[in-house]
Amino acid sequence: MSLILLIEQILNGLQFGVMLFLMAAGLTLIFGVMGLINLAHGSFYMIGAFAAAATAAATGSFMLALVASLVAAAAAGAIVEMTVIRRLYTRDHLDQVLATFALILIFSEGTRWMFGSFPLFLEIPDYLSGPISLPFGIEYPQYRLAIIAVGLFVAGGLFALIAKTRIGIQIRAGESDREMIAALGVDISKLYTFVFALGAALAGVAGALIGAIQSVQVGMGEPVLILAFVVIVIGGIGSIKGALLGAILVGLTDTLAGFLLPKAFGLMMEASAATSVGSSLASMSIYILMAGVLLFKPTGLFGST
Amino acid sequence: MHKETILNACVLLGLLAVPLWALQMDEPFIITLATKAVIFAIAGVGLNFALGLGGLVSLGHAAFFGIGGYAMGILASHAQGYTPVIEWPLTIEGTNSMPIIWLVAIAFSALFAFVIGALSLRTSGVYFIMITLAFGQMLYFFMISWPTYGGEDGLVIYVRNGFPGLNTLDPIQFFGICFTLLCLVLFIVSRLAQSSFGLALGGARQNEERTQAIGIVPYRLYLIAFTISGAITGLSGALFADLNRFVSPTMFSWQTSGEIMVFIILGGMGRLFGPVVGAALFILLEHLLGGLSEFWHIYLGAILLGVVLFARGGLIQLIVGREVAHD
Amino acid sequence: MTDPILDVRNISKSFGALKASDNVSLTLLPGEIHALIGPNGAGKSTLIKQVSGGLKIDAGEVWFDGADVTGLSTVARARLGLGRTFQISSLAMDYTVLQNLVLGALGHQGGIGLAAYFRPVMKDPALLAVANGALSQVGLEEFSNTRTSELSHGQRRQLEVAMALTLSPKVFLMDEPMAGLGTEGSHRLTGFLDELRHKAPILLVEHDMDAVFALADRISVLVYGKIVATGTADEIRNDPVVRTAYLGEEDAT
Repeated sequence: MSLILLIEQILNGLQFGVMLFLMAAGLTLIFGVMGLINLAHGSFYMIGAFAAAATAAATGSFMLALVASLVAAAAAGAIVEMTVIRRLYTRDHLDQVLATFALILIFSEGTRWMFGSFPLFLEIPDYLSGPISLPFGIEYPQYRLAIIAVGLFVAGGLFALIAKTRIGIQIRAGESDREMIAALGVDISKLYTFVFALGAALAGVAGALIGAIQSVQVGMGEPVLILAFVVIVIGGIGSIKGALLGAILVGLTDTLAGFLLPKAFGLMMEASAATSVGSSLASMSIYILMAGVLLFKPTGLFGST
Repeated sequence: MHKETILNACVLLGLLAVPLWALQMDEPFIITLATKAVIFAIAGVGLNFALGLGGLVSLGHAAFFGIGGYAMGILASHAQGYTPVIEWPLTIEGTNSMPIIWLVAIAFSALFAFVIGALSLRTSGVYFIMITLAFGQMLYFFMISWPTYGGEDGLVIYVRNGFPGLNTLDPIQFFGICFTLLCLVLFIVSRLAQSSFGLALGGARQNEERTQAIGIVPYRLYLIAFTISGAITGLSGALFADLNRFVSPTMFSWQTSGEIMVFIILGGMGRLFGPVVGAALFILLEHLLGGLSEFWHIYLGAILLGVVLFARGGLIQLIVGREVAHD
Repeated sequence: MTDPILDVRNISKSFGALKASDNVSLTLLPGEIHALIGPNGAGKSTLIKQVSGGLKIDAGEVWFDGADVTGLSTVARARLGLGRTFQISSLAMDYTVLQNLVLGALGHQGGIGLAAYFRPVMKDPALLAVANGALSQVGLEEFSNTRTSELSHGQRRQLEVAMALTLSPKVFLMDEPMAGLGTEGSHRLTGFLDELRHKAPILLVEHDMDAVFALADRISVLVYGKIVATGTADEIRNDPVVRTAYLGEEDAT
């Protein structure tokens, strides 16, 4: 088993993790600031991907497509927040789960109605297609490296936003004491709409970026959403640091397990059995990781009790 | 007599009347629809025990639905193929007998529910919701990647399993079996709800602090409730598999988990017959709205949203008001 | 000298730099009402939580009925007979008054036996007897089937006390039972507690000074997590340390 292959898989895991972070960051922010569990987050991922695909098809520009994904997802987020989500802040988690589940149904079928059931295509732009030469003689797809870069850049931007700006202070204050910041004169409804739209935008961009390497289709958001849940459970709900660490952990675990486990079993049993046992276990690996973390820290690595 | 009790009796009679009428009119398809509603109702009654009574928002209950279904699928497919399920340490043959399949389905769902519950109940609130969802997904992905029983394509069971003395292929007889099981399950759940266990469980749901101050450990109550709840939903999974003569990993999916929850909310959470009314309503909507448009899920979503925002007590509350019957 | 039923020995608890309980010791003797008073923020509720098991002690021990319960959970202590009322009424709001009391009676019974899984609990004569007993003692009989969420604040406080009664505890920890009650309610509760002490001694945290001085056999004063004085009502009334720290410069009457 070559070192090159291993490093490539590690990079893949990082790329996966960084995209999960974009999803998870929005989710954890929304929960931390507004106390809301949002199942419809996957829909924003999907909306971003579809907006990007449609824009790319119309204009041929990947950059425009990315911008479109951000704008479309943010707009969708803002509208949804103002019409539906607003009524849920005072409700219990079950109601929030049900209402946002209803939103998934509406968005998914709505998208299917608009675009049909067949996947759309989003192409990697020419200037990013093809491999890039890395040290140790590794040839890695430029695009995936670009994703890692974008993801880390966004993470940095998010940390800066929270730590250094006024909105950031309001967000941090809101996470500790919701009633207090309202009493202090912060416009809560604008803050909430902003946070929700920001989370949606992050998800939309993630959808667009991944849409180019996987397909753009209805229902693409939910599996990622559930993984994002696993990420924030591991990292601790409400913690962006936790989301980043959790996302990288999950990304690496999933990718490396999928790569290493069949090989490991291949040492003990014949090839086809090894692949099936290995893949089955690999698909469960992140959930086993999550269960493991929760056994020792029921509120996640950086969560508050 | 309490309004809700009267409604419950009407629902039960209606659920019986529709397929009998369909039998007269020679519309076996409607009998099948009614059977589907009854099976979904059982799934919902299972979840409602944990959710409505215990306040446990389990978003991964499809896990048990799937386990029950695959219990049937595995046993029946081995029976079809005349090969044993395992040969070591002891030989276990497949079977086509429904009662045995039900027992196995219940046993395994209960086992999984116990383990998943024991782990998940160490968390609470949003963490619990997410971890149950994650466990459901875990089983879903596992089933997809396990090729022995069809993997992603699922498993077709060519023969409907047998029940001693009945012709299970006859739609109305199969309906009768499912309906009887529904009544049995409703009876058991209602007795449990009215027992001291039920009182304590409801107390824990409303106020854990008080429950502890009384000297009762909430975790234990929740775990028992979760296990029973999983077992009941598992039974419905086995029935569903028999109805369709097909099992697939979709039975484990989060969409299925969501649907089971939708039945309960539409009908009325925490009401004994909530899942029954909700399942019947869901099948009705699927049939009527589905006929109008293939995108009928949009309407379902809108209705669900409306119920959550404006008619939180579900259809039962709309009909009988806020009071809950205690029988 | 009789053995104390409740013996709090040198307990301390800090939250970071804040010493919520600083080497606190007190005892509760059979048949007595021992009041715990102190200004807001003194740490009275924190102390009650540590005694009832809801909060872990940093140092010290809690002895109940001759046994060391320091390591035991709230549930375990409740089972041993440590009853408490909550400062903010902690009841099952959807349940009726009777249901809440039957729930309490379950605790008295010692939990839920396996045989009980199929019998309707609200018809169980033993449990109903305990529940109705507590109900009549606090005088809420006519509200037996009222939903708890529909009770007035005062009635909820009464129910809160009734809940403690269903446990038939060996000791009562009462956290501001008079909170929010009007003059009449306070009078009634004062009379009630006076009788109750004969069933089981009461550790009473209260702000209502009339009630405290009328009821208490002994009073302990908690200031900034420390007990600054313990004694009879008269002793405390005249203690200069207490007067400045708590009662202020005005004459205590």
